[in-house]
Amino acid sequence: MPVDLSLAHRSDTLLFLAVVVYSLAMLGFAAEFSFSRRAGIARALTRADAARAATPATAARIRQPAAVGGAGGIATGPPPGAGPATVGPHPPLRSRLDRSTTGDHLGRIAVVLTGLAFLLHAGSVVTRGMAAHRVPWGNMYEYSSMVALVAVAAFLVLLTRERVRFLGAFVLLFVVLFLGLAGTVLYVPAGPLVPALQSYWIAIHVAAAITASGTFALGAIVTVLYLLRAKYDVLTTTGGRPRVSSVGRLLPPATTLDRVAYRVHAFAFPLWTFAVIAGAIWAESAWGRYWGWDPKETWSFITWVIYAGYLHARATAGWRGRKAAVIALVGFTALTIDYYIVNIFLVGLHSYAGV
Amino acid sequence: MTDTTYAPPTQQPALPPSRGPLGLAISGWRQLTSMRTALILLFLLALAAVPGSLLPQRGLNAGKVIEFYRDHPRLAPILDRVSAFDVFGAPWFAAIYLALFLSLAGCVLPRMWRQTSALRARPPAAPRHLSRLPVAMSWHTDEEPAEVLAAARGRLRGWRVDVRSEPGGGASLAAERGYFREVGNLLFHFSLLVLLAGVALGGLFGYKGNVLVKQGDAFSNTLAYYDSISPGRLFSAGRLAPFTVILERFRATYQPSGEPATFAADVRFAGHPGAALRSYHLRVNHPLNIDATKLYLIGHGYAMHFVVRGPDGRVAYDGTQPFLPRDASFASDGVVKVPDIAPGPGGTPRQLGFSGFFTPTTVMGPNGLESGFPAARNPAVTLLAWRGDLGLDNGRPQSVYALQTEGLRRVLDARGRPATATLRPGQTLALPGGVGSITFAGFSEFATFQVTHDPGSRLALAAAVLLLIGLVVSLRVRRRRLWLRARPDGRRTVVEAAGLSRNDSGSFDEDFRAIITRLRSRPAAPEED
Repeated sequence: MPVDLSLAHRSDTLLFLAVVVYSLAMLGFAAEFSFSRRAGIARALTRADAARAATPATAARIRQPAAVGGAGGIATGPPPGAGPATVGPHPPLRSRLDRSTTGDHLGRIAVVLTGLAFLLHAGSVVTRGMAAHRVPWGNMYEYSSMVALVAVAAFLVLLTRERVRFLGAFVLLFVVLFLGLAGTVLYVPAGPLVPALQSYWIAIHVAAAITASGTFALGAIVTVLYLLRAKYDVLTTTGGRPRVSSVGRLLPPATTLDRVAYRVHAFAFPLWTFAVIAGAIWAESAWGRYWGWDPKETWSFITWVIYAGYLHARATAGWRGRKAAVIALVGFTALTIDYYIVNIFLVGLHSYAGV
Repeated sequence: MTDTTYAPPTQQPALPPSRGPLGLAISGWRQLTSMRTALILLFLLALAAVPGSLLPQRGLNAGKVIEFYRDHPRLAPILDRVSAFDVFGAPWFAAIYLALFLSLAGCVLPRMWRQTSALRARPPAAPRHLSRLPVAMSWHTDEEPAEVLAAARGRLRGWRVDVRSEPGGGASLAAERGYFREVGNLLFHFSLLVLLAGVALGGLFGYKGNVLVKQGDAFSNTLAYYDSISPGRLFSAGRLAPFTVILERFRATYQPSGEPATFAADVRFAGHPGAALRSYHLRVNHPLNIDATKLYLIGHGYAMHFVVRGPDGRVAYDGTQPFLPRDASFASDGVVKVPDIAPGPGGTPRQLGFSGFFTPTTVMGPNGLESGFPAARNPAVTLLAWRGDLGLDNGRPQSVYALQTEGLRRVLDARGRPATATLRPGQTLALPGGVGSITFAGFSEFATFQVTHDPGSRLALAAAVLLLIGLVVSLRVRRRRLWLRARPDGRRTVVEAAGLSRNDSGSFDEDFRAIITRLRSRPAAPEED
């Protein structure tokens, strides 16, 4: 079937609109970030924190690991006036509920804008697929668009589980840059798939790889923020002067960031494992072997091994914390090489997926 | 090789320091199976794989290695000495992954043994000071201690629960859940060992070969038919499945740009001699599976049908010769060898050879004829004629796709120019000097197949599936412990509760509170879950 050109054009327009709205949302998140700085109450709270604060009558005593709120002006003492039965490490409830400031409004608007941009972006992907009568991930432009879409979706899902609005500006900065690169350098007009890609495995293998990549990207962003915050904590306790890491003051405690990063990675890693296995099954039916150390296979393996190392490092004394975080970022570097360098510079069996 | 934090120190009793080779071996083994070593080996493995993607590899593309030798004549032999062109078969690469798997086995197998009893273990009794645990709370109630714990026990579904009475009229409850986390964890790591076994099985007993089949021809699965074959170390020719495949028809279609759109081969096959023929539509991504041996369509091209006549007009050659494509537009090269032409004047034996260049869509390019499109829209073959000794009788093997020109001279026309012509189907080139003629009778397509037998692939697939299940279980299941202690406190009962999360996936505080809230709710509450 021929490509539906008007639909393909509509897809391009929708993507452009999505990038514009993402940019606005990014500005909104950034503004909220700076407002919260003025208010001095940058705190990401889990819903558990909120629930705990909302039922102070429960006589509870929660002992937190010492690292929580060790520095950075986070209130860690008991709330004033609370009896000995209500000892908690959390700031007074009132100051947080009273936080319906301009910053909070901006943050809410930014979330709504992100949702709108997400819908426009999804519309762009769907129309692209309909225009070409196939799954909308047959080349690097489409793949990039999907990865960005997944990263935004992962962020939106995470928003319902954890208080991670502070992530918005960083996630959308990544998304806008990534989509910009996709829409300019990597752009190709909609077209049919080459024979090697004409298999239902493209729906399975590539979709899994996209979902894992988008989630890993989110994990990498949280990990960078964790490292900044951890550095900030070290510097402020040792009397050093934070430079780049001064952004850490605005971020949630390092333990929260570390936990969120772990949750995101622990979700992405089985998906990546599945993507590699599905790829091997497809390779077996397309090329006659399930593993052949093609450059794409090699780098997928390297990426897998490094992220496996990250999960193990987190459970190994002496490797937890910053070392493990650095390993996660090395893993993301390998993933980036697996995508850009392998597709563009290293000739292999995956080359048709090219630019 | 997993969460070392799980392993209570009592499970690995410190042996007294012993000297001598045994002590050294024990400490070496401990070192190898430690998590740190496993981590370092993991990173070494990742690092070692990098050159395999950057340098040309013989297993992937031997031609690229030859090119690299030409471009870097000094560097290449040095790299070759350290197996840099065969990284994934290199001894040092094998050393890393074997050490890793040894470390893995040394860690996982004993733990699997211990796990068999750990699965039946009871939750450990409540510690004396519950309030010292990371997550703890207490409250008063009017119920009797035994009632409190009995009610809690009834509500801890999915938990393994023990209630112990304690001196002073109190009682404690110990509960634990998430035993399957460790099972998933061990399953994941054990599956990696099985996966390696599957890969090894395929590498030892399997084979992979390429065969070219012209349209209308048959292929029997014997060594003689293969153009190339790479057998595993323990492969024997007797293990080749005795099937026959006939290529009835091959068809390729293209997009207007010349890029391929579809390839398909209609074949008929019999699993063993005498079996009934069955049909199969063989395409890319849809291999033909005959008794666990698989046939893949990996390439195609054109085969030329020529008829060569001698000086007396008698047919000396009538055959079809595959021409190998040299570019994406299927401009193809090939030769015709005619050893049995009639003797020339003076009785000297004379053989003829032709080197040919086929263009399916013939257009005139800047450097002469070329093909403008892969489909046969304007087919023509350009031939250059040779005479003399083809070198077929000197015992040295030679390619059917190239002429050995040492013993050959070009056939020249009356003006001393080489005899050459571009023929369309049906046209004939009459060779000067009455040597004979060659007719381009037509052309058909051929397909190249890869034949693969990998006896380890099913095991590898099973291992991969189990690996994934184990991974998801080990990351999703949360291992938790919960203790309650109820004791009389005047006329009321004081209840202490504490919990311990044995994995680091976060929000245990939240879950602990939810559990306690559930336990404290009135018995009249509707059944949970």
